[in-house]
Amino acid sequence: MSLSDLTFFFVVALTIGSALYVVTSQKLVYSAMALFFTLLGIAGLFVFLMADFIAGTQIVIYVGGILVLIVFGIMLTNRISDVRLSHTSMQRGVGGVVVLLIFAGLYKMISSAPWYLESASAPESSVKGIGKLLMIEYLLPFEVASVLLLAALVGAAMLSRKSKS
Amino acid sequence: MNDLNIYLTVGAILFSLGLYGVITRRNGVAVLMGVELILNSANVNFVAFARFGGMNLSGHIFAMFVIILAAAEAAVALAIIINLYNKFGTVNVDDARSLKQ
Amino acid sequence: MMTFAPYFLILPLAAFAIQIFFGKRLPRKGDWVSITAVGTTLCLAIAMFVMMLFLYEPGAKAEQSFEWFNLGELSVKIGVLIDNVTVIMLLVVALVSGLVHLYSVGYMKDDPRYSRYFGYLSLFTFSMNGIILSNNLLSIYMFWELVGLSSYLLIGFWFEKDSAANASKKAFLVNRVGDIGMFIGIMLFFTATGSFLFSDIFAGVAAGALPLPLLTVAGLCLFAGAIGKSAQVPLHVWLPDAMEGPTPVSALIHAATMVAAGVYLTFRMFPLFTPEALTVIAYVGGVTAIFAAIIAVTQNDIKRVLAYSTVSQLGYMVMAIGTGAYVAGFFHLTTHAAFKAALFLCSGSVIHAMHHAYHKLGDHDSDPQDMRNMGGMKSKMKITFLTMFMATLALSGVPFMSGFLSKDAILAGTLSFATHHPEHFLLPLFGFGAALLTAFYMFRLIFMTFYGKPAKQEVLDNIHESPATMTTPLIVLATLSIFIVYTLPYINPFSDHGWFTDLIVATNSVVPQHVNPSAHEIAEGIHHAHLPAMIISLIVAFTGIALAVVIYLKKKFSAEKLAKNLALPYKLSFNKFFVDEIYDRFLINPTIKLAKAVGFFDWEIYDKYFINGFGRITERLSRFIGITMDYDVLDQQIVDGVGKSTRFFGGALKFIQTGKIQNYLVWVLGGIIIIFIIQAM
Repeated sequence: MSLSDLTFFFVVALTIGSALYVVTSQKLVYSAMALFFTLLGIAGLFVFLMADFIAGTQIVIYVGGILVLIVFGIMLTNRISDVRLSHTSMQRGVGGVVVLLIFAGLYKMISSAPWYLESASAPESSVKGIGKLLMIEYLLPFEVASVLLLAALVGAAMLSRKSKS
Repeated sequence: MNDLNIYLTVGAILFSLGLYGVITRRNGVAVLMGVELILNSANVNFVAFARFGGMNLSGHIFAMFVIILAAAEAAVALAIIINLYNKFGTVNVDDARSLKQ
Repeated sequence: MMTFAPYFLILPLAAFAIQIFFGKRLPRKGDWVSITAVGTTLCLAIAMFVMMLFLYEPGAKAEQSFEWFNLGELSVKIGVLIDNVTVIMLLVVALVSGLVHLYSVGYMKDDPRYSRYFGYLSLFTFSMNGIILSNNLLSIYMFWELVGLSSYLLIGFWFEKDSAANASKKAFLVNRVGDIGMFIGIMLFFTATGSFLFSDIFAGVAAGALPLPLLTVAGLCLFAGAIGKSAQVPLHVWLPDAMEGPTPVSALIHAATMVAAGVYLTFRMFPLFTPEALTVIAYVGGVTAIFAAIIAVTQNDIKRVLAYSTVSQLGYMVMAIGTGAYVAGFFHLTTHAAFKAALFLCSGSVIHAMHHAYHKLGDHDSDPQDMRNMGGMKSKMKITFLTMFMATLALSGVPFMSGFLSKDAILAGTLSFATHHPEHFLLPLFGFGAALLTAFYMFRLIFMTFYGKPAKQEVLDNIHESPATMTTPLIVLATLSIFIVYTLPYINPFSDHGWFTDLIVATNSVVPQHVNPSAHEIAEGIHHAHLPAMIISLIVAFTGIALAVVIYLKKKFSAEKLAKNLALPYKLSFNKFFVDEIYDRFLINPTIKLAKAVGFFDWEIYDKYFINGFGRITERLSRFIGITMDYDVLDQQIVDGVGKSTRFFGGALKFIQTGKIQNYLVWVLGGIIIIFIIQAM
């Protein structure tokens, strides 16, 4: 086992463990903090997959944006003074069985499927390629995504404002 | 580790956990967190295929679009949750089951 | 000449359409529309006539056919034929029609349906011209029915009167009997020759398309149409009743033109008739001539006398065709049209005057048409008297008048026929007998109307001559009764030789195997019989006149006493040989009884038992289906069952419906798992 392998398993363990905590913790704020570690772990996985740009984006957007947003959401919808914001779960047993079955199915598929494999040499930096692809090949989806973001912005602003009546 | 199956398995585990969160959590924000987990599991798969399955940088682009979508989705979903809170005084999704006010 | 032909149809038809749709709103109620249309056709007819005279060619003929429709193998052609006969007929129709239009302006002045009357007259003119111009049996048949229709409409013009409405129905129905025969005849010829065109049919018959017996039958069927339209025995009953129509209509349709259509058709079709068929035709005509003349002797209604006289004269024409002297028949048709129209219009003038006199006196019960109420009108109505007297002379066959020539030619034809076939001696007897009676009853009419003393002096005092629109046609028509009109450029009052006989020549029969005498042989025979016929006809005509003078003018014998002494013949004649009664008894009443019996059967047995039985069975069946099947089984078990099972499942499933999204999601995932399992197996 090399160092990188050890690091990899550590990252994997961090990700899965904190994800498990996210969905099982009784305290909302703790869940949010666990989510932070999960996202960080996933960014680490991206690094292992030679996706440096996506890893950076993951941290910037998820950790810096979405997570903050979620925390804001928690704060806005609960009394802030109560740090031990508890939240209950429901249908745990049924949910667990169902999710386990789903996972079993997925795992069986992953292990038995004859995946198409192509060993590509890792690029020096993916940023340049992604930039070219975004500006040339995926220009239209890119622009559509920007419009979508604008729409989401407007929509969110409209939805969350106080009704006048 | 340079093995596709490991990444896919990690993705599957994350997906299952996210699903579990979506199914079991009462709080809307917690449900949203489960959704984020599911989206991230998809991203892991995309990037893993980009690395081993010959999708190359297109996979990265897809992952990026997923992140963009996740951001938009989070914004809108939180707006809805806040609305919900203003209307019902709770963010428990199972309490909000009347079809109209 | 061909270019004129369409106008003879278009103008009157357009006038008819205008009158029917807009007549009431037009100034003068639109009579000028019809008069203009008919006047124009009259001008055209005169132009054609003059052209014919300049051409002076007996065989002149213009024909144009076109395909009307095409049904696979069957190609139906119709077209227009113009020869000298057509031109003369067109002139006759246009002239009489024009004069009648003019006359009607005065006669119908105050009628509430004035414009419609003129519309009908135009429709009639259109149809009649159509018959004349046709070169085929199909369009002749169509126009034939159209003249029947316009005749029906005009007879029943005063349909408020029951008698007029009944008369129009009678005319229509009786004509229908003949027309069915005609239709069968047309179809027989069409089946045999494959064409409706005269020329094709003649060629086909000449080539032997029909065996002789069938040809006889087909010819007689065709003649049946003529029997109906030209009021020959036994279908003559409608014509006297048709006098219920306005008098100008009687003059135009029921004296001069439409009734002549039957004669015209027989004339046109003459080459097709076999000797047997011609014999039948001759006897039908002869019997009609004498039969109607006998009836006319005792009638008191002025128009009825003229109506029976018309029937009798038509019988003459038909008899002439039957005996082969068919040019003479057509000649008589032409001359008769003029003087009979004149007679009718004169009688109309008399009736008009009587009517107004009665109206003035406030007498609404007396019959203005009854000759017994008239008398002494000579001094009051000079023009009417003079013209009517001229026409009477013509009809009686007095020399220097047109009737003398044409009648003489017919009698010569029958005489010649009888000399060749002595077994048919009855035909000339019928002819001369009818001539005698004609002279007698016509002068009886004149004497009763214009001479002697009136039944009421105050009526006579109020009689006035009719207006100029009515007297002008009388003068024109009376002038046309003079012999010279028909014999130019020759002036011999005792010979019919003239432009008419020059231009209208007999054609040979097309009946195969030369069973008919040729036209030349017939002409020879007539020529030989000419002198004796003339002498005899002169004798009988003057005898008839003398009798009338003795009985009705000098009153040497009392007519009543004579009637008493001859009670049986008088009764027979006065009651028109009881033909109507016989038809009533043996045709109409049995038909009504049969209809009643059928109706009884239909209602009492068929309806009550069969139809109502059906109803009852249906009712029971529907009750069974409705209550047992539908309600108990279908409604209760199946329809309600669906509802019940729905309610059951709904009750069972409502527990799934929690309203919690996450519950649903679990179900969805359960479904996905099932898919996974199925996939894995």
